[in-house]
Amino acid sequence: MSSMTSTSQPAVEQTNNMRSLPLRHAKNTLMTILMGGALLAVLFPLGLIFVHIVKMGISSISLDFFMHIPKPTGEEGGGMANGMFGSLVLIGMASLMGIPVGIFGAIYLSEYGGSRISTVIRFCADVLSGIPSIITGMVAYSLLVVPMKGFSALAGAFALALIMIPIVLRTTEEQLKMVPTSLREASLALGVPLWRTTLKVTLRSALTGVMTGILLAIARVAGETAPLLFTALGNQFWSSSLTQPIAALPLQIFSFAIAPYDDWHRLAWAGALVLVVTMFALSLTARYFGRAGHKN
Amino acid sequence: MSDVTASHRWKIEKGLSGDFIFKAVTVLFAFSILVILMLMLYEMVSQSLPSLRKFGSHFITGMNWDAVQEDFGALPFIYGSVVSSVLALLIATPLAVGTALFITEIAPRRLGGFAASLVELLAAIPSVIYGLWGILIMTPWLQQSVQPFLQKYLGFLPFFDGPAYGVSMLAGVLILVIMVVPIITSITKEVLTAVPRSQREAAIALGATRWEMIRMAVLPYGKSGILGAIILGLGRAVGETMAVTMVIGNDPKISLSLFSPAYTMPSVIANEFAEASSPLHSAALMHIGLLLLVITLIINALARLLLWSMSRGAARGAKL
Repeated sequence: MSSMTSTSQPAVEQTNNMRSLPLRHAKNTLMTILMGGALLAVLFPLGLIFVHIVKMGISSISLDFFMHIPKPTGEEGGGMANGMFGSLVLIGMASLMGIPVGIFGAIYLSEYGGSRISTVIRFCADVLSGIPSIITGMVAYSLLVVPMKGFSALAGAFALALIMIPIVLRTTEEQLKMVPTSLREASLALGVPLWRTTLKVTLRSALTGVMTGILLAIARVAGETAPLLFTALGNQFWSSSLTQPIAALPLQIFSFAIAPYDDWHRLAWAGALVLVVTMFALSLTARYFGRAGHKN
Repeated sequence: MSDVTASHRWKIEKGLSGDFIFKAVTVLFAFSILVILMLMLYEMVSQSLPSLRKFGSHFITGMNWDAVQEDFGALPFIYGSVVSSVLALLIATPLAVGTALFITEIAPRRLGGFAASLVELLAAIPSVIYGLWGILIMTPWLQQSVQPFLQKYLGFLPFFDGPAYGVSMLAGVLILVIMVVPIITSITKEVLTAVPRSQREAAIALGATRWEMIRMAVLPYGKSGILGAIILGLGRAVGETMAVTMVIGNDPKISLSLFSPAYTMPSVIANEFAEASSPLHSAALMHIGLLLLVITLIINALARLLLWSMSRGAARGAKL
């Protein structure tokens, strides 16, 4: 391109601005097409995955899926009821451990913290959220599974809580920062102690945003498999004991997907559909809360 | 009367100590982030000590992974992780940046917003579901259509050599591309949105076409943030466990061919850790975990610094 223009005007030092207009427009069109093409290339496989999950999932799902535990291969029926129950237990416990830590940590960052130490904590939280979840699983293994001498639901929930903490912390902090100082001042001026002001005024005003963060954190851990591999371990049967291995939906999808049986694959697809629908519902609800929060 | 004042006073004192306790709790929980990070490093180092002592630097260069002979070298896994992540990033980066540019700069706002929320939803799909799709739909397709095609026309290259199993480095790279593209796209989109409007207006006012505006005003401004997004994507790719484990074939081989099965660091941990045959075996797996932790710590710290430098910094980092 530059050689063309330089032959027509050999004496002048060529710059980008002096290229011929049609060429510049052609390049603009070409790049626009390439960028649009990138979007299509990105959405196509993702759409394909979605279509497959829905198609295979719907044809495999039945009432049995929600009512029964997996049956040995070859037998008709069977479901992943224990996995769904186990996932609920794990997520519930992880939330109990992780959400308070995240929220109170965020209160420190936005209401008390000095700027330098807060920056360090923020930075560490961001870095922590990028650590592969399988490492979190290994840490939970050496902290809980080894001393307790066995795989347990508790260890699995602990690993999930470690993943939730930085997410809840950072989103909550952002929301608390958006609460106007005048609200806090009004409450303090009425003689309400700082801690009650923080809980009843600051946190209360940011509640919808905080809910968004919590839902996003739950959506994130609901599909986590790697940290459960050697903590919760999985279980073929019903178990609700916190000190025993417990089944989890993502773990069941994993082990059924890599097994060589067609009817197990069908169960895995049904499980995938349930998981994806749950996660989409969670993130849509989170978005709804997020929007409501911004309007206030 | 004195009763009332006494109780009033008690309330005030309780309020004051309430403040103290409340603050103490928040300090404790905020600092737990630092404790968790330190604890992770400490646990990983202490648990991998037997392997660190026995193999030292030989661990990184060793080619053998033999649980029976208790000889452990991690090179094939390091090779698998590096090659699969780097190749995936090479393919994913132009796609993701192009998509983000299309969403923010070209598409009408409605369409852009719709595409963006689609990408966000897809970023939320769990790894194990990508793996399920990969192993049951993608690898058979690779084995029956793509690999024979590549072999027929490009088989003279060492990259497309050998039998087509389906499960392969190629499958691992492709699934990683599909998984990291939404992440890089959504962060790049955030970064581009932070580029001030005045930058674009200035370029347009000087008579730039839209692409020239992007190249001269938008991209230079967002450079460090986009780099941060890419590096963050690299961190995800390196640490990605389930989907890769399900499609890459799990064979510790070092081969130029993309058709050959491979093995990555997280995959070997996922497959062997729960059933490690000896203390040294699990220490060696912890050792791999330690390497992975250090690598991802560095990658993430770098990415965050780049992203933080981009704009309001600290506040923006929370998004992902």
